[in-house]
Amino acid sequence: MQYALSILLSGISLGGQYALIAIGYTMVYGILRLINFAHGDVFMAAGLMMVYLTSFLGGLLPAGLVIPAGLLLSVALTVILGFVIERAAYKPLRSAPRMSVMISAIGVSYLLQNLATYVTGGLPQMYPEIPGLSKTVTIAGVSTKWVTIITPFLVVALVIALTQLINHTKIGMAMRAAAKDFETAQLMGVKLNAVISVTFVIGSFLAAVGSALYFTNYQSIVPLSGALPGLRAFVAAVFGGIGSIPGAVVGAFLIGISESIIKGSSWSVFSDAFTFALLIIILVVKPTGLFGEKVTDKV
Amino acid sequence: MQRTNQKGARTAFLCAAALLLIVLLIENLSVFLPAASVPKIFQSTSMLFTVLKKGVVYSLVAVSMNLLNGFAGLFSLGQAGFMLLGAYTYAILTIPVASRDTVYYIYNGSAINFSLPEIFGGGPVGLVLGVLLALILAGCVAALVAWLIGLPVLRLKGDYLAIATLGFGEIIRAVLQWDKLGPVTNGANALKSFPTFSSFNVQNDAGQVSLRLSCFVPFLLSGVCIAIIVMLINSTYGRAFKAIRDDEVAAEAMGINLARHKRMAFCISSFFAGFGGGMFAMYANQAQARTFTTAMTYEILLIVVIGGIGSVSGSCIASFLYVAASEWWLRFLDTETVLKSGFKVPLLRNGFRMVVFSVVIMIVVLFFRKGLMGDKELPDLFRRRRKEGAAK
Repeated sequence: MQYALSILLSGISLGGQYALIAIGYTMVYGILRLINFAHGDVFMAAGLMMVYLTSFLGGLLPAGLVIPAGLLLSVALTVILGFVIERAAYKPLRSAPRMSVMISAIGVSYLLQNLATYVTGGLPQMYPEIPGLSKTVTIAGVSTKWVTIITPFLVVALVIALTQLINHTKIGMAMRAAAKDFETAQLMGVKLNAVISVTFVIGSFLAAVGSALYFTNYQSIVPLSGALPGLRAFVAAVFGGIGSIPGAVVGAFLIGISESIIKGSSWSVFSDAFTFALLIIILVVKPTGLFGEKVTDKV
Repeated sequence: MQRTNQKGARTAFLCAAALLLIVLLIENLSVFLPAASVPKIFQSTSMLFTVLKKGVVYSLVAVSMNLLNGFAGLFSLGQAGFMLLGAYTYAILTIPVASRDTVYYIYNGSAINFSLPEIFGGGPVGLVLGVLLALILAGCVAALVAWLIGLPVLRLKGDYLAIATLGFGEIIRAVLQWDKLGPVTNGANALKSFPTFSSFNVQNDAGQVSLRLSCFVPFLLSGVCIAIIVMLINSTYGRAFKAIRDDEVAAEAMGINLARHKRMAFCISSFFAGFGGGMFAMYANQAQARTFTTAMTYEILLIVVIGGIGSVSGSCIASFLYVAASEWWLRFLDTETVLKSGFKVPLLRNGFRMVVFSVVIMIVVLFFRKGLMGDKELPDLFRRRRKEGAAK
């Protein structure tokens, strides 16, 4: 029972962290129809920035302020990174075939990974402990970190805020319009470049928050540590129906829980294989996912 | 038209034969001439030969990926998975029986106790036949798995297909590293001691190399495979692939069986990826599932993009450029350098090479979207020049 509870808890927290990444994928895909392969690496970069910022700020600020200031700055820098990537690598290709944009995304991912290898010298970096999150707590006989408890609540709060933003603000309306029909939205006076930039900013912001939660649990960061969580989050986004935010969150929790169950069993080698098998089954059986809208191809 | 085609084929054949001869000559310079008189670059330990071997293996894999992405319009990212299948099939079939116990020491020996080169009687004949058969089987295994994967996956389109094939690559890797398959695949450990390119060097009685073939053999194998792919592209099937790439609906309306042709392109491309994977194992002297990651697929995809999507000769040229740049020419970026004046060149440190390299790739992707050759082939360039000359 205790074992089952501990698996469930870690699954839920993992799912929450994937959810924050998956929202970035699903929003970008909803508007640009682009799998942003670099998103997982933005997530990794957010973690690395936090590592370097705290060691840099450690000499400048009093000890109590280092972590909060580092967190704020790393989130801000990640948002800027996401914005710059969109402007530099995706905007010039707006009228190009979709394959070119995807290749550009793969190129950005390759660049970020190589940059990370260069900066870290290929050595794993330890994520700083965030007071409050890293402390252990015991629930029903299961000891776990606070981050495990906080993650699902934080995710739900952020998602509610995000849906409010999308449903009740002007920029949210513009985003919905752009996702529905790119060209008509443009004709109606929606500034597409601004909308796309906002999408990337929101996605990167959530990825940065997700990385703070994720790396508090799995402390070492290597240049490749963004790749697999990124792919799993993408699978979650497809599972929930790509383009749908609640879908991405539900999908991410399901993927997180099933991953943690498989990791706890004797089949742990196959945890990633299972995730991808799930992806293929969904794509073949119900390509629109749980909550996705049906798309018809026009000739 | 018929005559020019025949003439073109003859010219291409002659060029390929000349290239093979040049490779053979260059690599044997250090054998035929006294060691002191040979420039350092042609010595047998030179980086040149590593680059040539790796480049020619990558050419084959890149062309096979180009067949799928550039000619059939199927954006697949499973190439590393198929290479992995090929590499393992090749290795498992050719490890000599005597070395099996040492290779599989963790699993107390291998479950498969034969080796193709030995079945064919060992010696040079057995080596050639065994390796050839093992490589072809490697391709067949990859093609068979591709056929199975294709059943569900080829119904997907565009980026969904890309992500599903990427997923299958990861699944293949996980399965081959599975502990329970250990007696066959050696688990997560490397397979080694199988025949490599150097095994083809002819030795005299004193044990010295009397004729070097370690570069010639991969060039010959890749050359034949690429020639087959080119012939396929120029056949009716190739034209059907291009029609599907340009417009699926129109192609279907013209009576092209979409499912059949897509499956065929996928299987053929995987066959050559598997063949290339076997050759990659020969180049690397070992086969380990860890090396065939998604990063490798990306690498090959970037080669295809640099060479020009839809150009076979572009892929080949880009492979050599890519391998030479990353393994040889840009090496200096990874070592800290202090100039004679005492000035320490900034930024040069381990890993900088790959950063510069990826920036260059991004520039190609963003600003030179057609790559080196666009969708032209090498002969096209000459032909146009000749026509311009005639017009004057």
